[in-house]
Amino acid sequence: MNILYDERIDGKLNHVDQAELLASLRGALPDLEILHSEEDRKPYECDGLSAYRTMPLLVALPEKLDQVAEILRICRRLGVPVVARGAGTGLSGGALPLEQGLLLVMARFNRIIEINPEGRFARVQPGVRNLAISQAAEPFGLYYAPDPSSQIACSIGGNVAENAGGVHCLKYGLTVHNLLKVDILTIDGERITLGSDALDAPGFDLLALFTGSEGLLGIVTEVTVKLLPKPQVARVLMASFDDVEKAGKAVADIISAGIIPGGLEMMDKLAIQAAEDFIHAGYPVDAEAILLCELDGVENDVREDIERVRNVLAIAGANDVQLARDEAERVKFWAGRKNAFPAVGRMSPDYYCMDGTIPRKQLPVVLKGTAELAEQYGLRVANVFHAGDGNMHPLILFDANQPGEFERAEALGGEILELCVAVGGTITGEHGVGREKINQMCVQFNSDELTYFHAIKAAFDPHGLLNPGKNVPTLHRCAEFGAMHVHHGNLPFPELERF
Amino acid sequence: MNAHCQDADQSHLLLEQVQAALTNAAPVQITAGNSKHFFGRPASGIPLDTRGHCGIVSYDPSELVITARAGTPLAEIESALAAAGQILPFEPPDFSGTATIGGTVAAGLSGPRRPWAGSVRDYVLGCRVITGQGKHLRFGGQVIKNVAGYDVSRLMSGSLGCLGLITEVSLKVLPKPRTILTLRLDIGRLEALRVFPEWGRQPLPITAAAHDENTVLLRLEGGEGSVRDARQKLGGQETSSDFWAALRDHRLPFFADPRPLWRLSVSSHRSPLNLPGASIVDWGGAQIWLKSSAPADEIRQLARTAGGHASCFTPGIDDSPLMPLPAALLRIHQQVKAQLDPRGIFNPGRMYADI
Ligand SMILES: Cc1cc2nc3c(=O)[nH]c(=O)nc-3n(C[C@H](O)[C@H](O)[C@H](O)COP(=O)(O)OP(=O)(O)OC[C@H]3O[C@@H](n4cnc5c(N)ncnc54)[C@H](O)[C@@H]3O)c2cc1C
Repeated sequence: MNILYDERIDGKLNHVDQAELLASLRGALPDLEILHSEEDRKPYECDGLSAYRTMPLLVALPEKLDQVAEILRICRRLGVPVVARGAGTGLSGGALPLEQGLLLVMARFNRIIEINPEGRFARVQPGVRNLAISQAAEPFGLYYAPDPSSQIACSIGGNVAENAGGVHCLKYGLTVHNLLKVDILTIDGERITLGSDALDAPGFDLLALFTGSEGLLGIVTEVTVKLLPKPQVARVLMASFDDVEKAGKAVADIISAGIIPGGLEMMDKLAIQAAEDFIHAGYPVDAEAILLCELDGVENDVREDIERVRNVLAIAGANDVQLARDEAERVKFWAGRKNAFPAVGRMSPDYYCMDGTIPRKQLPVVLKGTAELAEQYGLRVANVFHAGDGNMHPLILFDANQPGEFERAEALGGEILELCVAVGGTITGEHGVGREKINQMCVQFNSDELTYFHAIKAAFDPHGLLNPGKNVPTLHRCAEFGAMHVHHGNLPFPELERF
Repeated sequence: MNAHCQDADQSHLLLEQVQAALTNAAPVQITAGNSKHFFGRPASGIPLDTRGHCGIVSYDPSELVITARAGTPLAEIESALAAAGQILPFEPPDFSGTATIGGTVAAGLSGPRRPWAGSVRDYVLGCRVITGQGKHLRFGGQVIKNVAGYDVSRLMSGSLGCLGLITEVSLKVLPKPRTILTLRLDIGRLEALRVFPEWGRQPLPITAAAHDENTVLLRLEGGEGSVRDARQKLGGQETSSDFWAALRDHRLPFFADPRPLWRLSVSSHRSPLNLPGASIVDWGGAQIWLKSSAPADEIRQLARTAGGHASCFTPGIDDSPLMPLPAALLRIHQQVKAQLDPRGIFNPGRMYADI
C-alpha cells in the first residue's frame, strides 16, 4: 500500500495557496530566505529515503530563532503543516515534504555555542553536524558518544528527532541517554526547555518523550549534550565464521560472559564482499560472517577482556580471530563497516535499508527467515548490523528500472519487519518510522495503542500541524492496511513462538 | 522483609479497579511497598495496591533484560539478577526494604552510580500500562533499541503514577563489575568539588563519588587491573562499600538530623553553593542532600542559580515539594495529563496540585 500522504486515509490537510503563504511570510520576515520556484525546491523533495519524493509548497531557510518562532506562528494561524528538516539524511522519510506544507530547514543553525570541559557538556544549535561536536571536544580529551554512520553529515537536531544510534550504543547508549537539555519551539512559537543543566529536571520526563518524536511535537532549537572522556584505549577484534548462525550465537556468548563491548557488529558474506571491494579493509572474503568486537576503556581492563573474548570466540567456533595491530588497522577494520551502505550501493543500482530490532537470541532465526524471504522474492539481501543491540540492517538490493522490482523490494522489506515483530522485536531500532514504516506500525501496535500516541501528539500540537502523517498512522490507514493484510490473531509466521 | 511474592498475574483485577474508578469518577491512589510515601505531595483517592500483581515474567541473562510485574519486590529482582552476576545499574533506593519495581520506576529515583551509569529511565525498555481510557496497553519492548512511536515507557518513569498504572516493566540490566573497592580520602568540601570534575575527565573507573563532612568517598569498579591502578593513583584508605547503600537509602547518621531534608540536583561544574544547613554531596557534585530549615524559596533559588532544582523529601513542609514549573512547561504538563488521564483518576495532586 502506497506510503505517500493520502488525505483520504491520512487526514485532511488545509490547502493554502503558495502565493498567499509566501506573501504572509515575506510581509512578516523580509530577511528570511524562502525557496518557491520549482527549480529551487527540487533538491528538497526527499531525504535519505530517495525512493519517495514530494515537492514542498515552500522551503524556508531561517537563520535566527525569532524567524523560526514567527514562521511557526504564521503557519499555525493559516493552518499550514510544517515539516522540519535537518541535514536530510534520514532513512525513513521523516523529512519527506508535503505538497500543502512548508519545509522548515534547520541546517543553517550550525553554531557550537559552548564546549564546557569542566561540566563535560556541549551546547549547540540544532543544525550542527554530529561529528563536529566530537571534533570540537577533542582538544579536551572528550567526545560525544552516539555515532551514527552518517555522522559526518547528519545534524544533532535530526539525531534528537530520531533518537539516533550508532555502533557504540550497546555500551554508551542512544541519543536519549546522552542529552541533558533540549530547547524547543512549540507550534505556537513558544519556547520551552526540556531537561536541565543538572542530571534531571522536575516534572514528567518530557525530554525522553520528545527524543525520537520525529518532528511531531516541536522544533528543536538548541541541544545540550553530554561529553565523555575518550577511552584510554580501544582495540578491535575481527572474527570470521563459516556459518552465520555460529556468529549470531557468539554475540550472545560474549554478553553472557559479562562483557559489554564498545561495539559489536556483524556483516554477512555479501556485505563483507561489498565492503572489501570498496574499502580494502582486509576482510576475509570467503567467510560467511564476520564479527567486529571493539573493547575500550582503561588499558588493563581492555587487555583482560581481549583474552576473554578470544576464548569465547574460539569456543563459539570462529575460524580465525585477528586483533587489529595498531590504530591504523583498527580504523581500517571499522572503515569497512561504516562504509557498508555505500559499498553495497556499488553492487546494485538501488538498495533499501531496513532497521528491525530483535532480541539477540533470535538472530539466527531472523537471519534464516530473511534469507528464505529473499529467495522467495528473488532479491538479494546483504546483512550489516549492530549485533550487540540486536539491531538488524538488511539491505535489499534491487533495480528500480526493472518493472516491479521496487514494489517487490518494498514488500520484502515489509515482511522482514513483520518477522522482527513476530519474534518479539520492533520495526525500527534507530532510523525511525517516518513515512516508510507507517504501515508496519499497524502490525506492531493495536488501535488503542495508536490512539494513545495520537493523544500524546494532541497534548503538544492539538491541530496536528507538525509533520502530519509521520510516525503514527491513522486508524483509517491501519484499517485499510489490515484489510489487505493478515495480522492480529492471524499473524504471519505462525510457526514462531510469540512474546 | 520477605523478598518473594506469590507469582500471580492480577492485571485483570487492577484493570477492574481502574475501570470502576472511571465509571464512578472516583480517583485512585496507587500504592505498593509505600517505601516512598514521603515523596511528592500527599495523594488522595481510593487506595489501589499493586503488590498482588507480582513475579518475574522473563529473565534471560544473555539478553540483558528482565521483565517483571509491577508489584514484584525490588529485592526479589535484585536477588534474581545477583544469581546471574548482574545488577540494576541505576542502583535504585529501597528506603524501607519494601519497594516494588513498579514504584521504583514510577518514582524515578536513582542511586550513587547515576552520573556514570544513567538513571532509571535510561534502563526502561518497555512497560505495560493501564491507561486513563481504562485500557491495558503495551509500549516499548524487550529490545535495547526501539524508536517505533513515542517513548511512553520513559514518559512513565518518574511520573509518580500521575499518568497511568504501570503493570509491568522491562529493564535493561548489566553485568556486575568484577572488582569493587571504596576509598576514603581526607579532603575538604571545596577541594572535593574542584577534583570531582577533574577526575571526571580522566578515564578512571569511578562509579560513585560523595563528600561527607571532610571526607571524599569514591567507589572504583571494573577489572582488577584498572581498579588497582586507580587505587594507587588516587591514594586514600580502603573502606567498606556498604557506605553506598546506606547513602542511597538515607541510613547514614546524617539523615537523622531533625531538620527537613532537601534534594538539590545541580550542575556539577558550577561554583560551590553557600548552603544554609548540613549537607552531603553525592553524584560527584551533581546531587546534594541538604538538612535545612531555610525557607523553601531560598533553597529553590540556590538550586536554580546552580542550573538545577530542589525537591523536599520531608512531607508537610511545602505545598509543592517538587520544584514548581515555569508557566509554559506547566501548561504542557497539564495538557499531557488531560490527554492521558482525562478523568483525572490517577494519583491526582501527587506530583503537582493540578497534575
Ligand atoms: C549512509 C547513512 C548511514 C546512516 N547510519 C545511521 C546510524 O548508524 N544510526 C542512525 O541512527 N541513523 C543512521 N542514519 C539515518 C540518519 O542519518 C539519522 O536518522 C539522523 O539522525 C538524521 O539526521 P538529519 O539531520 O539528517 O535529519 P533529517 O533527515 O533532516 O530529519 C530526520 C527527522 O528529524 C526531524 N527533524 C530534523 N531536524 C529537526 C529539528 N530541528 N526539530 C525537530 N525535528 C527535526 C525531521 O522532521 C525528520 O522527521 C544513516 C543515514 C545514512 C544516509
